[in-house]
Amino acid sequence: MVKGLRFNWGRSLFYLLLTAFGLLMLAPLVYMASTAFKPTAELFLFPPRFFFINPTWNNFYQLLLVTGSSFVPFTRYIFNSLIVTLGVVGGGIIVSALAAYPLAKHNMPFRSAIFNLIVFSLMFSPMVLQIPQYLVISNIGLMNTYIAQIIPYLASPVGMFLMVQFAKQIPEPLLEAARIDGAGEWKIFISIVIPMLKPAIATFALFSFIQAWNDPYPAMVYATLEDMKSLPIAIQTISGGAGVVARVGTFAAASFLMIIPTILVFVITQRMVLQTMAHSGLKE
Amino acid sequence: MSSTATTKTVPGTDRPLSPGTGKPSKMSLLWANIKRHKLSYLFLAPFLLLFTFFTIIPIFTSIGLSFSYYNMIESPRFIGLSNYRLLFVDDDIFLKAIGITFNFAMITGPVGYIMAFMLAWLISQVPVKYRFFYTLCFYTPSITSATAMSVVWLYLFAGDRKGLINYWALKLGIIQEPYLFLQNVNSIVPVIIIVSLWMSMGIGFLAFLAGLQNVSKELYEAGAIDGIKFKLQELWYITIPSVKPQLLFGAVLQVVFSLQVFDVSVQLVGIPSPLYAGHTILTHLFDYAFIKFEMGYASAIAVVLFLIMLGLNRLIFKWLGRD
Repeated sequence: MVKGLRFNWGRSLFYLLLTAFGLLMLAPLVYMASTAFKPTAELFLFPPRFFFINPTWNNFYQLLLVTGSSFVPFTRYIFNSLIVTLGVVGGGIIVSALAAYPLAKHNMPFRSAIFNLIVFSLMFSPMVLQIPQYLVISNIGLMNTYIAQIIPYLASPVGMFLMVQFAKQIPEPLLEAARIDGAGEWKIFISIVIPMLKPAIATFALFSFIQAWNDPYPAMVYATLEDMKSLPIAIQTISGGAGVVARVGTFAAASFLMIIPTILVFVITQRMVLQTMAHSGLKE
Repeated sequence: MSSTATTKTVPGTDRPLSPGTGKPSKMSLLWANIKRHKLSYLFLAPFLLLFTFFTIIPIFTSIGLSFSYYNMIESPRFIGLSNYRLLFVDDDIFLKAIGITFNFAMITGPVGYIMAFMLAWLISQVPVKYRFFYTLCFYTPSITSATAMSVVWLYLFAGDRKGLINYWALKLGIIQEPYLFLQNVNSIVPVIIIVSLWMSMGIGFLAFLAGLQNVSKELYEAGAIDGIKFKLQELWYITIPSVKPQLLFGAVLQVVFSLQVFDVSVQLVGIPSPLYAGHTILTHLFDYAFIKFEMGYASAIAVVLFLIMLGLNRLIFKWLGRD
């Protein structure tokens, strides 16, 4: 080694391994993206190839054309997914931010009881409550509406918990000062609490976006009409069911379109998310 | 909501209570206190209403329905403990599903948890400007949809020579014939475990990452003075105790994640899977609720899963919740 340029072997090995493992984790996603751009001739090459040679948009055309000639166009599924996801994210943010303020900052009776209930509901999956939720939705005649796919998911325990934990560290003197200046609680909420909650709101948006966008379950259960189904269901249909590999190119193109938004939302929100998650601690 | 803007109630401060006759009873004190905070409850109302309708009431409805026979056409009929007796005595597939779910959870739970923590810790050792790249590598898999990713897994684990794993294994001479990963009873659970582990660096991982970045530098300096020499010592004596609240939060989510395995199994091996080899508790629940429409029986399954999750999480709280 040249003097003065000491090479730290331990550190390099560490970076090498961590990077290799990181790339290995990304590999399935890269493969999917590459498949989405493969021309038909390359899809069934033997031996199989990881990367495309001549990239093409053909699969995306196919996706819009082929499924367009069936009775529900693919864009309809995208539209449905967008409506439901935006509903869950937007509605959830309003409902949780409103509730997080008093739960974190007001000293009313039953406050800790309500907070404990939220912690308690972190401990089981909402999937175990699907039967009564389904009965409620079908009995009030909401089947095949967007609302049915939205309202059961608005009161999310994980998002609510994070929001309250984050709101707890809003400095009390700030709120006091506003009260002395004669601001009402509503005014305080809008002009102080909401701006300070921004990182928690971004985090809530990320988590509920991922959940709502990826979950095939609401459309599977609350929608019986094909034109109310969502993107995950459409992708299942294209794939031809479990274990079947049919129309790989279109399937990969659809999957690619589905995964891109979640990654984008994460890249946009990541800084604020890490800020929020620092307050995610749970104590008995 | 506009009327509330003008209200001048000040939650959190003590105002003289309305003069009652003689000593106010405990109940009337509470009531006065509630009335004083009516604005706080107004803020809470939308959440509480939704939470009650879609979480609290469903818990009790599920328990109630689990003692009944209900097929959605006739009204529910009380049948006592029959559903539970059927579940645990006669339903071999359910017992099998419990076994599969536990097998799965016993590996995915701890391995995914430790992996998430170790990776978060390793990332926290990296200079800040490179952290985002690694975070993206490990976190992105967890935000992909199981449905969308099945295009990759079906190709990777395909049972013919064209499957990537089979292709390489044949080429390297590890196996002589293509292995049917998704049809063979012995490989179904391991494949589901691998895919789930790939997806398991989720909210818990982010909580660890954020927690680790906020452990104060002074603690490490103090530790160095007290004679801590190795990174692992530092991890054990300083880092882990400092992020215990995040560890508990992550553990609770991990228990739920590993017991609610459903999506991945359905996407890769279907309902029902070959010889029920990928049949989990939630698959069984879904099968009875939304394919066979036996809501009473399905509710009993839901109650059992609910109790398993709660029980495990109580243990976790006992173990990690102490200070």
